[in-house]
Amino acid sequence: MADQAEVYEEQNVHEVYQQIAGHFSATRYKPWPIVEKFLQELTPGSIGLDVGCGNGKNLRVNRDVFIVASDRSENLAKIAVQHQPHAAVVADILHLPHRDAFFDFAVCIAVVHHMSTPARRIEAIAEILRTIKRGSDGQPGGRILVYAWALEQKNSRRGWDKGDSQDLMVPWVRRAKPGSGEEDQTFHRYYHLYESGELERDIEQAGGVVVESGYEKDNWWAIATPKHDS
Amino acid sequence: MKVITANFVTCAVKECKTSAASFPLHFHDAELEQQELDFQPEFIRNVLPRVDWDSLRITANELGFPSLPETKPEGDALNEEQTLKDLHRLLLETQVIEGKLVCGNCGHQYVIKEGIANFLLPSHLV
Repeated sequence: MADQAEVYEEQNVHEVYQQIAGHFSATRYKPWPIVEKFLQELTPGSIGLDVGCGNGKNLRVNRDVFIVASDRSENLAKIAVQHQPHAAVVADILHLPHRDAFFDFAVCIAVVHHMSTPARRIEAIAEILRTIKRGSDGQPGGRILVYAWALEQKNSRRGWDKGDSQDLMVPWVRRAKPGSGEEDQTFHRYYHLYESGELERDIEQAGGVVVESGYEKDNWWAIATPKHDS
Repeated sequence: MKVITANFVTCAVKECKTSAASFPLHFHDAELEQQELDFQPEFIRNVLPRVDWDSLRITANELGFPSLPETKPEGDALNEEQTLKDLHRLLLETQVIEGKLVCGNCGHQYVIKEGIANFLLPSHLV
């Protein structure tokens, strides 16, 4: 089952991002307000991760911390690496190349909704939490910020809402340059749309404690910390 | 890949995480390049407490840099501009463009290509 899911994501997520990396990046330039706030409030010198960093748009927010960003797509990591003073590597969210309980923070923005089974979504969050510093008496632990696309977005261009299917293929259209003689190309990416409360449940099952959560522009988000000694 | 990055990555294989031999990963056949970046002394001062000094010494040695002091600069030493400049040059401006990072526990080699290290595992290690 896990193998099947892996192959499925390879074809319906990873390969698509490799193909659309350049165009995708050109349309993604502004960090979302909650992400911006989370990153701006970090203590200077904090060390953290941006898991599934895409083109690295969130790496522009704070130059007083050091972020090791990672993406499954080499083409996107190559774009992300240009943001100083940070770093970018190619890695899989289920097998992060980072030590246990070390990092001060992590962001994982619009990534876990690409995992194609409930078990893999929870495993992904657990893997991020594994790398985060545990709290101890009087000392707070590190924090993660996770974002996932919401099922409830009836006012969006897509118009999905409660009761619709949560697992679907979403088209990405790459328009041909006018007069180039080329044709538009459509790529499909797999998404799992999160319903209200689901992200918090996944985080708790992954061994996290939700500190704060909410909804921002068609997405559910949550800030969490690892359970003590989990 | 900046030299500082080596201080914050390890082997992607789950079983290696508990082995001291998996950190730091070891550079092999590294090709280096200097990339000039703005010197931000505050950044170096702030990040340094989170750097594992012994690991950095191993890394610097493998990359052919002159030996770093045995102990991490602290206190007054962090007001010496030359010390901070040297660290800036090593940690942020020195890039490993091509080469490998090798796990001292399982022996797996992660390839660095065009400055990007690739930590994806082959299926038999997942």
